Amino acid sequence: MSRRRRFTVPDRAYRRALAAAAVLFAALLVAFVVAMAVQAVPAFSSLGFSFLWGTTWDPYHGAYGLLSFIVGTVETTAIALFLAVPIGIGTALALAYLVPDRMRAPLSTTVELLAAVPSVVYGLWGLVVVAPYFATHVEPFLTSAFGWTGLFAGPNQGVGLLLAGVILFIMVLPTLVAISRDVLAAVPREQVEGAMAVGATRWQVLWRVVVPGARTGLLGAFTLATGRALGETVAVALVIGNSPHLATSLKSNAATIPSLIVSAFGEATGTQRSVLFAAALVLLVVGIAVNFLGRFFVRSVKRSGAASVAVA
Amino acid sequence: MSVTLLDPPADPARARRAAIQAAAASSLRRRKVYSGIGIGVCRVFLLIAVIPLFGVIVYVVSKGLPAWNVDFFTQVTKPEGIPNGGIYNAIVGSLIIDGIAVAVSVPFGVVAGLFLAESDGRIGGTVRLMADVLTGVPSITISIFVYIIWVEKVGSYSGLAGAFAISIVMIPVITRAAETALRGVPGTLSEAALSLGARKFTVARRVVVPAALPGLITGVLLAVARGAGETAPLLFTAFGNQFLQTNPTKPMETMPHTIYTYSQLPYPDLLQIAWGTALLLMLVILVLNVGSRVVAARLGRERR
Amino acid sequence: MNDPIVASTGYRDAPPTMQEAPVEPGVDAPIVMRLDDVSVTFDGRPAVRGVSLDIRRGEVTALIGPSGSGKTTLLRALNRMHDTERSAEVTGRVLLGDTDVYARSTDPTLIRARVGMVFQRPNPFPTMSIYENVVSGLRFSGVRNRGLLQESAESALIAAALWDSVKDRMKAHASTLSGGEQQRLCIARALAVEPEVLLMDEPTSALDPIATKRIEELVVELKDRVTIVIVTHNMQQAMRVSDRCAFLLMGEDKAGELIEYGPTATLFSEPTDPRTLDYVNGRFG
Repeated sequence: MSRRRRFTVPDRAYRRALAAAAVLFAALLVAFVVAMAVQAVPAFSSLGFSFLWGTTWDPYHGAYGLLSFIVGTVETTAIALFLAVPIGIGTALALAYLVPDRMRAPLSTTVELLAAVPSVVYGLWGLVVVAPYFATHVEPFLTSAFGWTGLFAGPNQGVGLLLAGVILFIMVLPTLVAISRDVLAAVPREQVEGAMAVGATRWQVLWRVVVPGARTGLLGAFTLATGRALGETVAVALVIGNSPHLATSLKSNAATIPSLIVSAFGEATGTQRSVLFAAALVLLVVGIAVNFLGRFFVRSVKRSGAASVAVA
Repeated sequence: MSVTLLDPPADPARARRAAIQAAAASSLRRRKVYSGIGIGVCRVFLLIAVIPLFGVIVYVVSKGLPAWNVDFFTQVTKPEGIPNGGIYNAIVGSLIIDGIAVAVSVPFGVVAGLFLAESDGRIGGTVRLMADVLTGVPSITISIFVYIIWVEKVGSYSGLAGAFAISIVMIPVITRAAETALRGVPGTLSEAALSLGARKFTVARRVVVPAALPGLITGVLLAVARGAGETAPLLFTAFGNQFLQTNPTKPMETMPHTIYTYSQLPYPDLLQIAWGTALLLMLVILVLNVGSRVVAARLGRERR
Repeated sequence: MNDPIVASTGYRDAPPTMQEAPVEPGVDAPIVMRLDDVSVTFDGRPAVRGVSLDIRRGEVTALIGPSGSGKTTLLRALNRMHDTERSAEVTGRVLLGDTDVYARSTDPTLIRARVGMVFQRPNPFPTMSIYENVVSGLRFSGVRNRGLLQESAESALIAAALWDSVKDRMKAHASTLSGGEQQRLCIARALAVEPEVLLMDEPTSALDPIATKRIEELVVELKDRVTIVIVTHNMQQAMRVSDRCAFLLMGEDKAGELIEYGPTATLFSEPTDPRTLDYVNGRFG
């Protein structure tokens, strides 16, 4: 009998090793947040809290207003979700109920593959291919059709808020569609049949029974997509134009907190660096909260089974 | 005695029925049109969802393929103006950094997965939650976190720091996949082994983990695909390097980083190299994704 | 008995629990649905074959037989529930009054408003209140008139013996009801569109005995208002509630066939086919 076969570990040590891994895990996350917070403290102590909503970002003159970046983050996320919610739910409905069985898997896979494309490739494609197209075709069209809303002021540059929002939309779409499709397909067949049996058209069944029946899960999908959009860095940084000014037009250059960090961190020192950590902390906390909320929604759908009404 | 059944329901009901059927008939056209439009719109949206993927693939292939020549794979990155540039250093850097990240993440992730697979209590729930939360952390924050606790302390950028950052991305993914795979192993297997007197560690090593192997491999491949494509975590850790660097304690160039820097430069030949790198990177990720599905199907089937 | 005085005052005012013994159906009861050589196949494999029978107005017709004999498949063919199943094909003719149910020009949505269905397990819509559930069929059909909606809802809930329990909590969710109550809610939902026929697919199999009894009583009460076709695997239930029975049996090719069809009393006491006799005597499940 070789010595190797006798190698074993007592149960207690084994369990301790497992627990250690778990503890390290938790420690990592805690260290994460703590490290950010520690680095952010100098900014708060020397500037108070007002820099979080300050409108001027001018590090050379000591102005560290983060508002335009917070707003930029919200704006790009909003554009992405504004597009992703209808298109995502429509796609998910189509995948779950409106395509022939044979095509369901290949089409679902195709949408899911969108998630496999690295962020930086989306950035490259967005910057080099889509931006010129936006500048020459999309933006002039939108300006002429919707310029009256005041959202399309400024020159047609291609890059800017709108492009960032659109690229972000493409990036969150696969997540949204995958979760939504599962949740919509999980609505119990008996609900669908019940609606059919009482005289509903196909669309009425989908819109009045299936979608409402899946609404908690859809909310979860939406929330998780928001979380992804908030944290997206490289693709946005490449196409947003990087301007520290508050963006009031969809065509203007803007910046988000992640894009700010990317562009400014390398040379930042002292207070500026601390401010960047404060911004990162805000992003981190919001991102974690949104992620947590989204998973809670999705998990509560899975826990309630197929959301069937209990029979006494 | 034969009974003549009365006409069905008395008048109020009959009147209602008439009204209802009239409403149903008159609204039918409108409802069918709405139905057709609704369903049509959903299908169009599906089309819209699929188009960008083809858009990206078409461009990456058409612009990236011309960049693939011998120099591309054998020469290191060269500044604008100098001919015969390639991404050899980036390829090597990516291999080394991702390799180290995998070497760190897989054991850690599998062990954590083992822990989670066996714990249904509150501690397990908390750890699971933290793993989920970590998957959603903005990647740039990972970068500056590693910068603060490692790069700054050590004094220089390094491939190791980059690997550490990438493993922060990979570990939660592997952990969750591992937990799922391990939970999928029927309890009867480990019970049988335990009842024969084997220790838990042995049971894990010789029974449970091998049984969960297809799922584990799938999870690892997907995690690698995810980690290999990340750029932000590398920005302030591995940083980048014009030259070939195989020492992980020094700054290293990686493929995502090359794409990132070159895409912002106004030089067409560097841009072409960026496309070529993007093509290579996407090919690797595609192979990993397809590989994970193949493994899941093949090995999963063999074990039935 | 069908008391003309009671009937003329409108069903709404009729005493809710008027137990009626199954009446010997008269031969001149008009035919409300006619099946002519109806077969249902899935991917070419027959599940039901060559069924011809007439459903008469005001009666409860029961489809009985052992499991697998195609009762539910046949029932679902009556309101075109197989339409969504791509592998399903229905041949033969189904006539609802003068309408050919499966004609190209016939819209299934309209058929389903005239032929309602109650399922095996109660399936109220979980996101809708009790009221919204009951009027859902009306709303789907485009009825907007508030008065008509409320009148139909009340009438249907009374008919389903649920009005007194829920009239004060119409906005509550369906999940607050017990299983038996939920099934009656589903019956009310089906009744609210005033269908001509109500199909019931083993409506009591998921319920406890007390709830079952209430539903059975309801079925007997409702047949004046709506013709009922009920699938049941419980022979005693068929004897209790139905006027006519159709006995189906799986043939050698696994397709269900109609073996015998006739008045319940006769079918159970003196069936013509020996297989019916066997089933009725409990010789096979």
